[in-house]
Amino acid sequence: MSAAEPVPTIGLEVHMHLKTRTKMFCGCKVEYDVRPNSNVCPVCLGMPGVLPVMNGKALELAVRMALALGCTLPGLAKWDRKHYYYPDLPKNYQISEYDQPLGVKGCLDIETSQGPRRIGIIRVHLEEDAGKLMHAEGGGNYSVVDLNRTGTPLLEIVSEPDVHGAEEARVYAETLRQLAVYLGVGDCNMQLGQMRCEPNISLCIGADAQGKPRYTPISEIKNLNSFRSVERAVTFEIARHREEYEADPAGYTLEKQGKSTRGWRDDEGVSFLQRSKEEAHDYRYFPEPDLVPFVPDRQWVEEIRRTIPDLPEIRRRRLINDAGLSEYDAGVLTADRLIADYHEALAEYVRDAKMAANWMMQDVMQILNERKIAISEFPLTPQAFGDLVNLVASAVINRNTAREVVLPRMLATGKSAGEIVKEEGLAQTSDESAIEAIVDQVLATNAKIAEDYKGGKKAAFGRLMGESMKASSGKANPQVVKAILARKLGG
Amino acid sequence: MAVTDLTACEIRKAIAERRLSAVEATEGCLRAIGRLDPKIKAFLSTDPDGGRRRAAEIDRRLAAGENVGLLAGIPVAVKDNMCTADGQPTTCASRILGGWRAPYDAHVVERLKAEGAVIVGKTNLDEFAMGSSTENSAYGATRNPWDLGRVPGGSSGGSAAAVAARLVPIALGSDTGGSIRQPAALCGVVGMKPTYGRVSRYGLVAFASSLDQIGPFGRTVADAALLLRATAGHDPRDSTSVREPVPDYLEGLEEPVRPLRIGVPREFFSAGIDPEVESVVREALAVYERLGAALVPITLPHSTDYSIATYYIVATSEASSNLARYDGVHYGYRSSDHTDMIDMYMRSRAQGFGDEVKRRIMLGTYALSSGYYDAYYKKALAVRRLIRRDFEQAFAKVDCIMGPTSPTPAFHVGERTADPLAMYLSDVYTVSANLAAIAGISIPCGFTAGGLPIGLQIITDVFTEGRLLRIARMYERETGWTKRAPPIVEDAA
Repeated sequence: MSAAEPVPTIGLEVHMHLKTRTKMFCGCKVEYDVRPNSNVCPVCLGMPGVLPVMNGKALELAVRMALALGCTLPGLAKWDRKHYYYPDLPKNYQISEYDQPLGVKGCLDIETSQGPRRIGIIRVHLEEDAGKLMHAEGGGNYSVVDLNRTGTPLLEIVSEPDVHGAEEARVYAETLRQLAVYLGVGDCNMQLGQMRCEPNISLCIGADAQGKPRYTPISEIKNLNSFRSVERAVTFEIARHREEYEADPAGYTLEKQGKSTRGWRDDEGVSFLQRSKEEAHDYRYFPEPDLVPFVPDRQWVEEIRRTIPDLPEIRRRRLINDAGLSEYDAGVLTADRLIADYHEALAEYVRDAKMAANWMMQDVMQILNERKIAISEFPLTPQAFGDLVNLVASAVINRNTAREVVLPRMLATGKSAGEIVKEEGLAQTSDESAIEAIVDQVLATNAKIAEDYKGGKKAAFGRLMGESMKASSGKANPQVVKAILARKLGG
Repeated sequence: MAVTDLTACEIRKAIAERRLSAVEATEGCLRAIGRLDPKIKAFLSTDPDGGRRRAAEIDRRLAAGENVGLLAGIPVAVKDNMCTADGQPTTCASRILGGWRAPYDAHVVERLKAEGAVIVGKTNLDEFAMGSSTENSAYGATRNPWDLGRVPGGSSGGSAAAVAARLVPIALGSDTGGSIRQPAALCGVVGMKPTYGRVSRYGLVAFASSLDQIGPFGRTVADAALLLRATAGHDPRDSTSVREPVPDYLEGLEEPVRPLRIGVPREFFSAGIDPEVESVVREALAVYERLGAALVPITLPHSTDYSIATYYIVATSEASSNLARYDGVHYGYRSSDHTDMIDMYMRSRAQGFGDEVKRRIMLGTYALSSGYYDAYYKKALAVRRLIRRDFEQAFAKVDCIMGPTSPTPAFHVGERTADPLAMYLSDVYTVSANLAAIAGISIPCGFTAGGLPIGLQIITDVFTEGRLLRIARMYERETGWTKRAPPIVEDAA
């Protein structure tokens, strides 16, 4: 009966901290690596009598991510309390969203080594994070708790079980991270715990008599905090499921064993059982009476939608397919949203995406690297820089002058390219008779080199070219110089 | 005439005219508390030094010509489920909060301070406001000033008794299912539950979040109006508080509401009502008729048959969640004999909570459990909507609804403690206003032959507190009930 190869069937739950200045329900700052319990107040400590007040920015960022994932925003989202006792959760309930999340039915396109894949998104919802419990070192019989993280806005994104392998799981998580960073929704620094992945793994093991698919029991791996561990844990689990299933094909099934929760030991590369189905929590969800339901205002949602930039993957493909950029250039120019925005504005101004890309790659990126600055700190607007590009495109100055003379002066003085060219008299000439006179003089004083060229030494042409440009103080149009030189040398 | 015989409005006027100082008013209250409270036990804690300091500061500011606020120099008591910083305890009458000090002031406490009130102490209640007799207090029962062998009602029994015994002119209570109105009726004072959302709940220790509402106690309607005005209004820290302007409830208070159609629900005079209560309340309705009001028989089909059942599912469900935080980990009582973390949770809660609180946590936990949620909690919400609709339909025909506040006058201490259901029925006429989120008031309307006060309940639609107070005042002016003091006060004088 198990003729068909079992198909890994994986859904991921990803939690990410939203990039808000303050916590979800109070004014405490969201900060990492600060003294334990320094960013706390009665509200996030769950003191008697306190009430939550929704952070509007958290809501906006959550909606932004939901829209970017193509989710539908239902007319009403509500908040619910999820109950469980643990010392890192001061109220002993977490404010979350249970049956009416703020975003449903979206998808994320990812690029794997096997080609593009589309992963469905079941839901996106907002909840509050818990604190951190640290157990005494050396076996002391106490624990300490840091509640700085308590109440940090947390976005949970639940995928459909559309992921079919370990690499896909990793790429899905990476792509989600890239998207969140790109949108300014979260920093997703996994070392800081700003993003956590929980894959739910099962194998599809054929179908029953009615044609309904059958599965191995679902195992959920909790709190993976690196992309590498996502891939390793899923690889491990797929192999473990296979072994267990082969050992007991009748018993190792979802309907018999249900779902279990497992941890991951990264150093050993193994997962371990934390909680079986029998120990499953009853969270006693019920609507949070201290918050009013969220009814998204259509105009507000449309404003958020308008500010969502093209996603990196869409931009990258457009640069390759429409503008003819190389995969490499397109990748560099879309990796950072602000660089992509700058390039887009420049391309629009000079009306040539490829030319804009060349200037970005050769000049702008180089300056950013040399000065170790971000594009946001680059002193020239795309329009100011575009004026320089246009001066070259229309042959007013040559590429070299632009790069070596005008651009450094623009950066130093803040003057426009046009002003500098005018003040310094840098405009090149295409006047053939004037250039011919210069070329004649160069050939006369460098007769030996001209002879070398005619004798077959091709490199000598470049030297004559250089001498002619120098004699014109760089102002001669190189194309014209080249044509005249070639004619004179009988080339 | 003793300063404690003055109403809050009279004290306000006397202080404004410099006939009385804030210190004198505070000293008068502290003396009365010292003399009578050992018998009544209305207060869980008093703050004589803080009160005196505050009163002296008010007097200084008044002398300097400053505008000190609506309640300048008026002594006030606060139910001990509202947080007060400054080192005074906030216990909710529970062992589990023994020793805890709130690090912040509740919104209403901030308001009282901003309006110049002098908070002299915190009053007793049923633990976490769960009860109708103020017997469920870990720190002992409060007694009814009219008869020390009887309960003052609850859960705000401490505040009601303190006002009735003239220990303070005004006090704050909280009403989740009748916890202001029922003790007001049993103690012969005015007590009002405003519309849900009228007063911020920030700093009110939650019992049932969708039902809890803070409101005023006073001996007169005007005093209740004054205290409501000082505490009502939007607070951004409470998402359920409403952005409705707060009118000056004292202005126009003397103007009768005319024409006035009074809905008299059949269900409020049904089986279980004490005959003396019924006849006294019917006499009160006759007074309104004489004043030109029309009595309109109405029906609220869901409001008595189902309101207690609905209330005890909604309130206990929310309570089971709200009280989950008391676990001995971060603050409050922690057991000392536990073996591990789970054991610490269990022992701290088992030792820290009283029986009634445990009963309600268990009921609520059960109602929210997987497999029972739809049959209990969800159904209760559906019935709650029907109850709300009963009132909407009624208010299309009448301006207010009247009936008894409580089916019986004050009962004996210990009479109902062994029978939780009998105790729950004390609130049969009051819970529906909480479920419908509307406003209600109880005013004194007479006495039993044995000298126990009886309360008239008046209910109006959302955010019509101004009209509700005027309707109450019409009756108060015609009758002298609010002037009568319990014998214990007269004996002491």
